Amino acid sequence: MSVEFDRKIHATLADTKLQLAIYASTARLKDGRLSSVAPQTLPDYQELRTQANALKKHALENLDYYLEEFERNVVAHGGKVVYCKDGTDVADFVLALAKERGARLIVKSKSMTTEEVDLNERLEHHGLESVETDLGEYILQLAHEKPYHIVAPALHKTRYDVAEIFTHSLHVPSETVPEKQTAIARAVLREKFLAADIGISGANFLVADAGAVVLIENEGNARLTTTAPRIHIAIAGIEKVIPRAQDLATFLKLLARSATGQLLSVYTSFLAGPKRAGEIDGPEEFYVVLLDNGRTKLLPDRSKRQSLYCIRCGACLNTCPVYRKIGGHSFPWVYSGPIGAIITPQFMGVSHEPGLPFASSLCGACAEVCPVKIDIPKVLLELRSDVKKSETREKQNRLEKVAFRVFAWVMTHPRWYELAGRVAAAMAPSEDGGWIRTVPGIMNFGPLKAWLSQRDLPPPPPKSFRELWRRR
Amino acid sequence: MSRDSILHRIRTAVGRSADQPPAEAPAARLRIPEVPLEARIASVVARVEALAGKAVRTSDPCAWVAEAIRGKTAVASNAPFLAQCGITGLAGVRSGITDPEELRELCATADVGITGADYVLADTGTLVMLSSGREARMISLLPPAHLAVVERERILTGLDELLTVLPNPAVETSSMVLITGPSRTADIEQILVRGVHGPGQITVVIAD
Ligand code: SF4
Repeated sequence: MSVEFDRKIHATLADTKLQLAIYASTARLKDGRLSSVAPQTLPDYQELRTQANALKKHALENLDYYLEEFERNVVAHGGKVVYCKDGTDVADFVLALAKERGARLIVKSKSMTTEEVDLNERLEHHGLESVETDLGEYILQLAHEKPYHIVAPALHKTRYDVAEIFTHSLHVPSETVPEKQTAIARAVLREKFLAADIGISGANFLVADAGAVVLIENEGNARLTTTAPRIHIAIAGIEKVIPRAQDLATFLKLLARSATGQLLSVYTSFLAGPKRAGEIDGPEEFYVVLLDNGRTKLLPDRSKRQSLYCIRCGACLNTCPVYRKIGGHSFPWVYSGPIGAIITPQFMGVSHEPGLPFASSLCGACAEVCPVKIDIPKVLLELRSDVKKSETREKQNRLEKVAFRVFAWVMTHPRWYELAGRVAAAMAPSEDGGWIRTVPGIMNFGPLKAWLSQRDLPPPPPKSFRELWRRR
Repeated sequence: MSRDSILHRIRTAVGRSADQPPAEAPAARLRIPEVPLEARIASVVARVEALAGKAVRTSDPCAWVAEAIRGKTAVASNAPFLAQCGITGLAGVRSGITDPEELRELCATADVGITGADYVLADTGTLVMLSSGREARMISLLPPAHLAVVERERILTGLDELLTVLPNPAVETSSMVLITGPSRTADIEQILVRGVHGPGQITVVIAD
């Protein structure tokens, strides 16, 4: 575990106000889920989970096929698909398009995928204004913070924190009633929506047979983002593709229930291309960015591949006894909780935060609530084993490095080099030409012993080249 | 190019070759229960009200709407049904707009947006809006209140029936939106606030 991870965890545990905020919010979300998936409300809940799992498995096993089908259909409806390998690719694409169209102001709806690649920072660095419009995300953008939770990003902020943030950034009188705070944000953001040149959204699903992007939200900011500006860009991970529009019957029933306990979220937008002839409003240009950013690294291993089934409902966070104590910002990357613990090491490499797969009691609560049935504890165990392997490798590497440094020093100091040669000759096995398989007595321990256990050395010559040269 | 290298990486990882047909997908799971019309209507009313919306049944939607928007300004969509029953002719109602800029300005200032609905989902109280020349996207989005007048034959049992009737909505429209209750957020301390970016009030008028 890194010092940083440890420090953040302790800071969160010591903050009683924060502990209460995390506990209360996750409890509410958790209870909402529980009542909405209860047998009397959703009798076929388990069958839906099984179907969702089978669909995700199938989609990933044939991922190249569905991405190409999706692309064909987007193009058929007058949109464009752009494949990007990382955040730099995404930013380059958006910047080039903005420049070509003379765009300055971008409105954004909530997207964890864009958080992953720090899109706002990258765009703002090049002089564009990129405004988050989901209320929670907007509060965090003003506070220069990362999301605390994948569904409720500002879960850790109290109304008093929000009052302070608004007063400080928007220069409005202090207001501590959430209803009025929301009205302030609505007014500021409404102006932005109507003036924006480009709207950037994420995607909850990409529907292959329709070439459609599906967005799920409660506030209406994603609808505004994709309706008001002339250009809509959806940025999605490649794993978001599902085969058919009809599969939404399965996923939509599970997502809102698992996330907040609603039967359906307030708005589900199914967007297939720009505004068509005869339609009154909607964007004139429609782009879908398909982002890899490490996802293809998760595909080869059949078991770990299931980490890509995630539909980002947040249920595993709300139910996780560890997340509920250490909170979202203790986690080393944008994804927190059990799902963060399994995807971060795979996207960023296990040594990014070796403590992460161990920050779990393996109680299994996450797997029980996951609507797509990801076996999170199993993947955690596999990652723990990966961490151990990489640590052993690293330890070995470190020792080897030391050994080679000593070797280099000896090589460049003639007197020591000669002495070493003589010592080696003295250590050589008695029978002529015998290989060195072990070293005698006091030197035969620890690293050298381990190193020689897999290697044999040719015997050193009785007289060194240097000696022979001098006697010539 | 990123496209080819990403697709290549995927194929290598999952062991497929280009142009290989996919394995058979699990059959789509659609279950449509038998629910009589009366029960579907009752369900819409119950669900919409549970979400703090308003739902009414009336044989005279025009009179009901006239009362509801008295003294207010409204923008109505070009749904033929709204004209047929006289709603577009009510005082304070603007309709027949096809220019997006004009529509945007009107919607930004109107008190109420009046629309029809292509379908209604009974089990969740959801309005299904397909973008077209009859229905613009903005009218159900920008004004602080949304009033939808729906013909009762449009009430389906739920999502499964919708996706059976419309197996691929992209054939019909560039935008299908499902609206389930008023716009809301719980981003500050999980306290429910209605009307964040979309309409905070929603009214469903079922024309009997
Ligand atoms: S892993 Fe499962 S429970 Fe966790 S966020 Fe993803 S879909 Fe939801």
